[in-house]
Amino acid sequence: MIAAGCDVGSLTTKAVIFNNTRIISHALIRSSFDPAKSAGEVMAMALEGAKLKMDDIGFCVGTGYGRERIPFVHSSVSEIACHAKGAHYLLPSVRTIIDIGGQDCKATRLDAKGNIVKFMTNDKCASGTGRFLEVMAKLLGLELHELGELSAQSRQPITLAATCTAWAQAEVIVHLNTNTPKADLAAGINEAMAARVAILAKAVGLEKDVCMTGGVAKNIGVLQAMEKHLNVPIRRLRVDPQIIGALGAAVIAKEKMEARQCM
Amino acid sequence: MYVAGCDVGSLSAKAIIMRDGEVIASQVIFSKPDPAESASEVMGLALAQAGIRQADISYCVGTGYGRSSIPFAQSVESEITCHGKGAAWIMPEVHLVIDIGGQDAKAIRLDDNGNVVRFAYNDRCASGTGRFLEVMAAALGVEIQDMGAISNQAKNPVAISNQCVVFAETEIISLINAGKDKADIVSGLHRSLAHRVAALANGVELAHEVTMTGGVAKNLGMFTALEQALGLKITPMQKTDPQIIGALGAALLARQAVSKAA
Repeated sequence: MIAAGCDVGSLTTKAVIFNNTRIISHALIRSSFDPAKSAGEVMAMALEGAKLKMDDIGFCVGTGYGRERIPFVHSSVSEIACHAKGAHYLLPSVRTIIDIGGQDCKATRLDAKGNIVKFMTNDKCASGTGRFLEVMAKLLGLELHELGELSAQSRQPITLAATCTAWAQAEVIVHLNTNTPKADLAAGINEAMAARVAILAKAVGLEKDVCMTGGVAKNIGVLQAMEKHLNVPIRRLRVDPQIIGALGAAVIAKEKMEARQCM
Repeated sequence: MYVAGCDVGSLSAKAIIMRDGEVIASQVIFSKPDPAESASEVMGLALAQAGIRQADISYCVGTGYGRSSIPFAQSVESEITCHGKGAAWIMPEVHLVIDIGGQDAKAIRLDDNGNVVRFAYNDRCASGTGRFLEVMAAALGVEIQDMGAISNQAKNPVAISNQCVVFAETEIISLINAGKDKADIVSGLHRSLAHRVAALANGVELAHEVTMTGGVAKNLGMFTALEQALGLKITPMQKTDPQIIGALGAALLARQAVSKAA
């Protein structure tokens, strides 16, 4: 009994293929302008990895910003519900999930059974979202993943006074002109990011265990800065944090299949 | 007797020289990275225009974001006070001044004597400031000073859904890719900015007459968009560059300081 989940985000599209007990395969690509095309492409990759065909999938759930445009899904579910499901599946003790996406950020609190108690979203302001890091990485001439690695080498992280991405950009340019080491800039940028996201996490009523999902969770600089701001350890997940939404969609797909069989 | 006002803003620096209550020199330059250098250069130009030397200035008041770095200013005043003062001197009937600068926006409510009663201020978020138009002009590949004229050609202004400068920039790029008319986009951008500035103005309570100061006031598209967003007429600055009002207010305060001392 094979289930699948497909998460079409603003920046990346992910697919997970799942049987009763484990992830058989997963794939991740950069999103194109056409959500249907991105979904088709990433699902084909995941199927190839699992050596399966589309017909083998009993149920597929879509999620993410482009979820209504995925042609092959049986139903679609919000990202909040999918991240909650995916994180709770991997870590049943999780109570707070901080999901930083390409152009939004969400904090979700769960009860002991994994039901959503409360959530908060920021998708109005680029600061505190993956876009902030993207803009800064570009300014520094770095790849996104290098921001995290580099910040570990920092001796004197800079402090960014502005929250607004546009103003922070101007601040970073001044530092670049005065030859501040890039590691110190990267550390200051990660710190600013964490400070902003921590506000959302606290507002949702932070409870242990805490985990982070979404692409930014791979940035160790942001992760450690978040631990400092929240004063709790952040539990590392055993799979790529970027595919948690797709995993949650696949787990929901599996549950829907089971419910159908019971009827 | 000569007095002067110098306004060092984030984008431009301005200097005004007055003699016996009359403006005899007025200069605007683009700001340099060093505020002291900007101040000296623009004041140098104003002094040359007036045909006098720095030593002839009895009193100079500094204002603007770089005000504390102006080497020749005897004292400093906030931009709020200066814009209020300057606008009320030119238009005695003015009760609300909306100033959109390069990095901030202000709504200043004045009493019958031109004193500041209340003000609202945004310098936290780039959307709602001149920077919004600057970033969008670059994305559109147009000059910021041409935006007013471009928006004049608009037939169906586009609704811009994002407030954040960063997100709106992406939106503009997709609008261009979707083949939307540039004039319609620019007009939509003006409406969008006007909407946010109007929220600021509503916060300090609207009152007649309203005027606009700052560089963005020269953009006619923005001027009409703000009138629509506020639902009332804005009186333009007659014969005076709206960009120099802060420096003018500073010069007026300098004159006040001298007459008090006398």
